[in-house]
Amino acid sequence: MKTMLSIISNALCRMTGRNAGAQTVSEGARVVVSRSFADFTPQATFDIKKCDLHQLEEGPPLKAELTRDQGLQYYRTMQTVRRMELKADQLYKQKIIRGFCHLYDGQEACAAGIEASINPTDHLITAYRAHGYTYTRGVSIKEILAELTGRKGGVAKGKGGSMHMYAPHFYGGNGIVGAQVPLGAGIALACQYQGNNQLCVTLYGDGAANQGQLFESFNMAALWKLPCIFICENNKYGMGTSVERASASIDYYKRGDFIPGIRVDGMDVLCVREATKFAADHCRSGKGPIVMELQTYRYHGHSMSDPGVSYRTREEIQEVRTKSDPISMLKERMLSNNMASVEEFKEIDVDIRKQVEEAAQFATIGSRAAAGGSLQPHLLQQPAAGGPRDEPLVQTQVCQLDLNPNLQIHSDPDR
Amino acid sequence: MAASLRCFLRSGKVTVTVRDALNQAMDEELERDERVFLLGEEVAQYDGAYKVSRGLWKKYGDKRIIDTPISEMGFAGIAVGAAMAGLRPICEFMTFNFSMQAIDQVINSAAKTCYMSAGLQAVPIVFRGPNGASAGVAAQHSQCFAAWYAHCPGLKVVSPWNSEDAKGLLKSSIRDDNPVVFLENELLYGVPFEMSEEAQSKDFTIPIGKAKVERAGSHITLVSHSRYVGHCLDAAAVLAKEGIECEVINLRTIRPMDVESIEASVMKTNHLVTVEGGWPQFGVGAEICARIMEGSAFNYLDSPVTRVTGVDIPMPYAKILEDHSLPQIKDIIFSVKKTLNV
Repeated sequence: MKTMLSIISNALCRMTGRNAGAQTVSEGARVVVSRSFADFTPQATFDIKKCDLHQLEEGPPLKAELTRDQGLQYYRTMQTVRRMELKADQLYKQKIIRGFCHLYDGQEACAAGIEASINPTDHLITAYRAHGYTYTRGVSIKEILAELTGRKGGVAKGKGGSMHMYAPHFYGGNGIVGAQVPLGAGIALACQYQGNNQLCVTLYGDGAANQGQLFESFNMAALWKLPCIFICENNKYGMGTSVERASASIDYYKRGDFIPGIRVDGMDVLCVREATKFAADHCRSGKGPIVMELQTYRYHGHSMSDPGVSYRTREEIQEVRTKSDPISMLKERMLSNNMASVEEFKEIDVDIRKQVEEAAQFATIGSRAAAGGSLQPHLLQQPAAGGPRDEPLVQTQVCQLDLNPNLQIHSDPDR
Repeated sequence: MAASLRCFLRSGKVTVTVRDALNQAMDEELERDERVFLLGEEVAQYDGAYKVSRGLWKKYGDKRIIDTPISEMGFAGIAVGAAMAGLRPICEFMTFNFSMQAIDQVINSAAKTCYMSAGLQAVPIVFRGPNGASAGVAAQHSQCFAAWYAHCPGLKVVSPWNSEDAKGLLKSSIRDDNPVVFLENELLYGVPFEMSEEAQSKDFTIPIGKAKVERAGSHITLVSHSRYVGHCLDAAAVLAKEGIECEVINLRTIRPMDVESIEASVMKTNHLVTVEGGWPQFGVGAEICARIMEGSAFNYLDSPVTRVTGVDIPMPYAKILEDHSLPQIKDIIFSVKKTLNV
């Protein structure tokens, strides 16, 4: 299919006298001739890596379909996360961002692939390397960067910081390694309880994979058949400790023991998408939880205080960049299948850079979180409560998350 | 409704044990709001390790009364996650000693989240269970956690004494959209108390954050919570015979503490003794002392505040040692007289 399309495209080029993606240069002017929409391949099928399976007879498919629109959307998403993270790096070095800052560049295919396979009404929770997911779950670049710089315009008004950003159906951003996993299982319990056919994607890293509370969560999730996809983002290093030095078994997809598992190429957005779709079907069909291991890589160190080269070589980092970068891989796939042009990608890049720059402006000059009012604890006010003296109860907006309308309160309309 | 020990008295009041009051509270709230559910070890088929949830599983079934494996950190986290996603869990710790296994979920996942998210993410959860000393259960099973939890912003910490407290405060805690640590006392479970007609209503709640004056007095203020409120009242009865009238305040809520009620009382009596089961250092009594000192009531004190607390040692096993490790009525009487200089 692929070769046939190339042949047709080349023939068309010969007929129109243009080279693929060429620019017509005339004297004194530079004219870019863009390819018309009709010239592009609207859809293509790609081979994807076979996933290793644990306790499963069948796994995700070996081929993935990609439409032009999807491809451009995934590219845009990943490139946005990439540029946003690099901007955060820059702002941190300028000391405009402080404290913890754990960057996600290199791992973009995981966030983009997962979001492409679940519904907005599904739920997601992750650990502290959370900026990518914060974006894919719907928070704007502005609100993310402004949160990092501690401004009122930040998604948590500057009170949360890098690790504590929230959105509907996105539960952060969690600072304690592994603590988000039981939380995710609990969110899945709520989905099951409410009978809403939603599921929870619960992410953790190769470092957290050795936390005891994970195994407590696996046990209960399996026992109660909770609709939870446990996903280990294995980027090969837990802070400065390689997986070989931390884990007796580095087959993280098998660690669920009695829970089926899949090991996935986390640098390929299509592989991630297909595997997550498979996992989501598994959960929604009532079979219970499933474990996925995404093999991925982070270019930055553990955090901005870690140069990231004391425990791994620059050659290793460079090799991943050249051979397995998720954004390049997608771009090359689309270009070689004539699904988009180089100019188009450039336009997208320029647009993203502009957006990120604007967001950084907003995050740098915006008003800071105000002390005084915001130093009062956020406690939700109760009409019945006495209202104690020195701890003002602040009425705050509670994010009402998609309650099953069948679950009723049977009395007390003043509630 | 679970079978409860009831004696009907002429005034419309009934006698209800603390255990049954807690049971009623949970039953009523489970019935009222389908989002409420109970999870913990042995809460369902065993009817509760201390029978507090007796009959609830039979009535509400597996979906709403959930037996968990022995995995405190795991199931506390699961409960918090469920609360984040719109349910209203009651998470039982068989005793609060075991909550230490899960304390990260209580503090970092539950208590801090509303603030960290600038109010976007609520965690309407109740952590409940027996707290403090029991009888002969020794050091690892006898710690009082009132001070530890009350230290943390973002939590409400409630400590009922009698049946009305237990029922009204538990109902309020379940209806509260904040994480609440509800500290019961195992030795009180079987104790019957009178419950007014008002308290028998399904809509009866007691506001969190308001103390109650259990006994009016003019010579000295005794402030306590949980089981030792009873000790204070007993001490007050003995002291009354000697002409010393104690005002006994039942805190009911540790955090937010109703300092105003304590101050109003101290401004009347000019003397203060605090009584608690927990250890003295950085405890509830220590906090009361600091707050009184910082406020206007300080000027009304005629002598320093005395704290009566548990002894600063891990709880010993032998009965005589255990008895002497906790506040006794004679200790309260002694402290009152010392404070009054009589």
